[in-house]
Amino acid sequence: MITVAGQRLPRHGVWMGAIWLVLTAISVPLIVFVLGPHLPPGRMTAEASDQTSANIVLTALLFPLLLLVVVVFSYSLVAFRQTGAAVEDGPPLRGHGPTQATWLVFTGVTVIALAVWGSYTLVQTARGAGGGQGPSPTDLPKGHQTRMQIQVLGQQWEWTFRYPTLGDFETRQLALPVNRVTEFHVTSLDITHSFWAYGLGVKADAVPGVDNIAFVTPKRTGKFTVRCAELCGLWHGHMYRTGYVMSQSDFMSWASQQKAADAANVHDLPPYSRTYFPKPQHRAG
Amino acid sequence: MPVEATATDQRPLWQGVVGFNLLTGLLLGIGGFFLGAWIGGQIAVGHDYLLGTDQNDVGLFMGYLFGTIGWLAGLGFFNYPLGRMAGRPASLRHHEFGGVGRYFRLCTDHKVVGIQYFFGVGIFFFIGGLNAMLMRTELLRPTEHAWSAGNYITLVGLHGTMMIMMTSAFIVGPFANFLLPLMIGARRLAFPRIEALTFWLTPLAGLVLMSAIARGGFATGWTGYAPLADEARAGQDAYIYAFIIIGISLTLLGVNLLATVITMRAPGLTWSRLPIFVWAVLSTSILMALAAPVLVAAMLMSVMDRAANSGYYIASQGGSPYLYENLFWFFGHPEVYILALPGFGIVLEILPVFARKPLWGYRLAVAGMLGVTLLSFMVWQHHLFVSGMNSSLRPFYMFTTELISIPTGFIFLNGMGTLWRGRIRFTVPMLFALAFFFNFLIGGLSGVFLSDVPSDVTTHGSYFVMAHFHYTIMGGLVFAFFAATYYWLPKMLGVVLNERLARIHFWLMFIFFNLTFFPLFAAGFIGMPRRVSTYAPGLQGLNDFVSAFAFVLGFSMLIFLANLVYSLVFARIPAEENPWQSKGLEWQVPTPVPVMNFERIPVVNTTPYEYGVEGAPPVATLAPGAVAAAGS
Repeated sequence: MITVAGQRLPRHGVWMGAIWLVLTAISVPLIVFVLGPHLPPGRMTAEASDQTSANIVLTALLFPLLLLVVVVFSYSLVAFRQTGAAVEDGPPLRGHGPTQATWLVFTGVTVIALAVWGSYTLVQTARGAGGGQGPSPTDLPKGHQTRMQIQVLGQQWEWTFRYPTLGDFETRQLALPVNRVTEFHVTSLDITHSFWAYGLGVKADAVPGVDNIAFVTPKRTGKFTVRCAELCGLWHGHMYRTGYVMSQSDFMSWASQQKAADAANVHDLPPYSRTYFPKPQHRAG
Repeated sequence: MPVEATATDQRPLWQGVVGFNLLTGLLLGIGGFFLGAWIGGQIAVGHDYLLGTDQNDVGLFMGYLFGTIGWLAGLGFFNYPLGRMAGRPASLRHHEFGGVGRYFRLCTDHKVVGIQYFFGVGIFFFIGGLNAMLMRTELLRPTEHAWSAGNYITLVGLHGTMMIMMTSAFIVGPFANFLLPLMIGARRLAFPRIEALTFWLTPLAGLVLMSAIARGGFATGWTGYAPLADEARAGQDAYIYAFIIIGISLTLLGVNLLATVITMRAPGLTWSRLPIFVWAVLSTSILMALAAPVLVAAMLMSVMDRAANSGYYIASQGGSPYLYENLFWFFGHPEVYILALPGFGIVLEILPVFARKPLWGYRLAVAGMLGVTLLSFMVWQHHLFVSGMNSSLRPFYMFTTELISIPTGFIFLNGMGTLWRGRIRFTVPMLFALAFFFNFLIGGLSGVFLSDVPSDVTTHGSYFVMAHFHYTIMGGLVFAFFAATYYWLPKMLGVVLNERLARIHFWLMFIFFNLTFFPLFAAGFIGMPRRVSTYAPGLQGLNDFVSAFAFVLGFSMLIFLANLVYSLVFARIPAEENPWQSKGLEWQVPTPVPVMNFERIPVVNTTPYEYGVEGAPPVATLAPGAVAAAGS
């Protein structure tokens, strides 16, 4: 393919550009249409959907960059390799102003565009993107006025969920209604955990003494997994649970069931609070 | 007191063993530990809040403190200051023997310290790698089978902590200590005794860290997040104390190298003629001197929380877990550039030699390194995007984090420009340097996902992060380390390394590194959190493949070890003075390097990259007649 290498003034730049263009033209549609639908975390909620779109855009944008560097390197290694044992010096090129300036502008524009796009999607379209925003969130999703609150309590090594607006019951199952904004209040009873509802596209650290708020707007019913994403000791990997997005009517009947099941325990619960300040358990493991 | 520098290899064996050396350091260190633990126990008597737990943290910390003093006394670090106080004359290198013995004691020759670092951090690198093999064994099955949950999480913590602690000095330890004075035409580092101290603190930190195993391990990983660290068992004290020791060591190393580069360059070595590796060491040193003290401060507060029941990080006592997270990552993110920058320097030093061209875009490379140095202090909160930090700050940290890819991109342009129309020879160091670019490219681009907040909500805390930083640290730093090893070891040890074994090592390591870590991006995307011993059953196939590849990757390290032992102990083929026909100053001195490096301080004429330049002068005049020798 690269027989031009022996000629006096081979057009290496043109060849590299052509190879890169062809590979990019093949790979970008494959990324968007074949790989894209499989990129996480899916389309179950508005937030997850925004994250999936971000992942597709980033992959489709960064892969050509990867190709560019790989093509230039590989081409150079083939075209400029030294055969034979003799050690021969190359031309003493020390730099090329226009190339350096072009590269600087190219990477600069790419990076600034990425940052602007990332900030725009975070604040305007994704509205916080399902991440924990601390006690006073600034990026509120559409329809948050009619939100439902769920308190997520992390402790070694279990998640519990408290529904303060539906009669203040506490349960070890997580369910939320579809097409309604849910406001998670994530906090911890002992040490730092991280509430990761994978299919919902929600991740928020559970920090003792902090009310970490994250929003989610489910668009479809179905199952999702809940995990812990911050190392919390021996059984960190066991903080595993399945949650459900239900239709409004299913959710209401589930809630009343849970409330009835919890009725015996509900008077043992501490009064509802945004945060709890348990005394530290020394040397628990 | 040991005898003066006249001693030779003919001394009887007992004289080599008795005296101020590693063995005495170990014995006094262990003795000091028990003395300190006893004193600490006496202090804690009667204080309920100190004895409210099933162990005595005061005793442990006092034990480690006294053990450190014993270790340093046994190695002879107090002889010189005490001798000066008693009126003895000042002397440099006053008890440095020839032979193998000097590698096991306090030695202020920068070349000896370089070799000590090479083998010292190398041993811990292999132990850390072994931990990774044991972890991959557990991950062969989705349920707990090989190790208990406590042992597994201790392995995770030991692997991470040991690798971070040791690889921080992985390149600046062996190669900067040995080569930097040669490259800048000096005879020593600015502070030779501090140089020896920085090394001897490193194995101490490793040994203290491993003592955690005897104390029930620790469950916090390498990050040691409070308040988990406050709850953890006694092994946590070992982690905290080891990090304090290594933090002090890194700070001192950074200050020492900074002072050396700034003040001890040979005449004629202007800033624009400085080898690019020296620029990399300079920027790394800035990071070490400024970031490591923050780690020490964070750890000291952890000590107070554990031993004296203070509440810096305890919410119920008025403290905040965020304080630890911010302090830790204010160190932690510059730290990852402490790991990356020396790699940039190594590959840009090696590429011109084997492309036979000057380094392309020298000023851009320097700007890139200094830009990374500056920006690395402004990005740390991207580790905390979902922690509950002030949400309106997130776009700012997204911006600074993505900004850092501009100076990093310079290094890639330097690489491409240097290869352009070169005469490329695929020697083993060159292969490792090229692999660095490939791996670091994937590592760097995957980092963009983590800097974008919507994408980071998915990937944070998952195997995606783990794959990302293994691509940058193992694919970057460790490949650069092996490039440097195959390139400079002939000069450092005076023997040729077997090339066939080296090539097998490279191809096995490169292929199986990528096979091991690339699938882990997918594991993270599918939803596998980091640091778990049990995972979703559906991920077993992926994990089994990764484990199998990881074992081959581990095996490739044994090939390197075999090569080292074979070449160093059995074959012992003397290395040429300049086997790569490099123009670098460090290659113009004899092999093995004489004790004083240069007969006279050389006068530098030009950059070390004058390949293909007609009538270029030699990089330096080694025996300048008219110019008087400067420096010590």
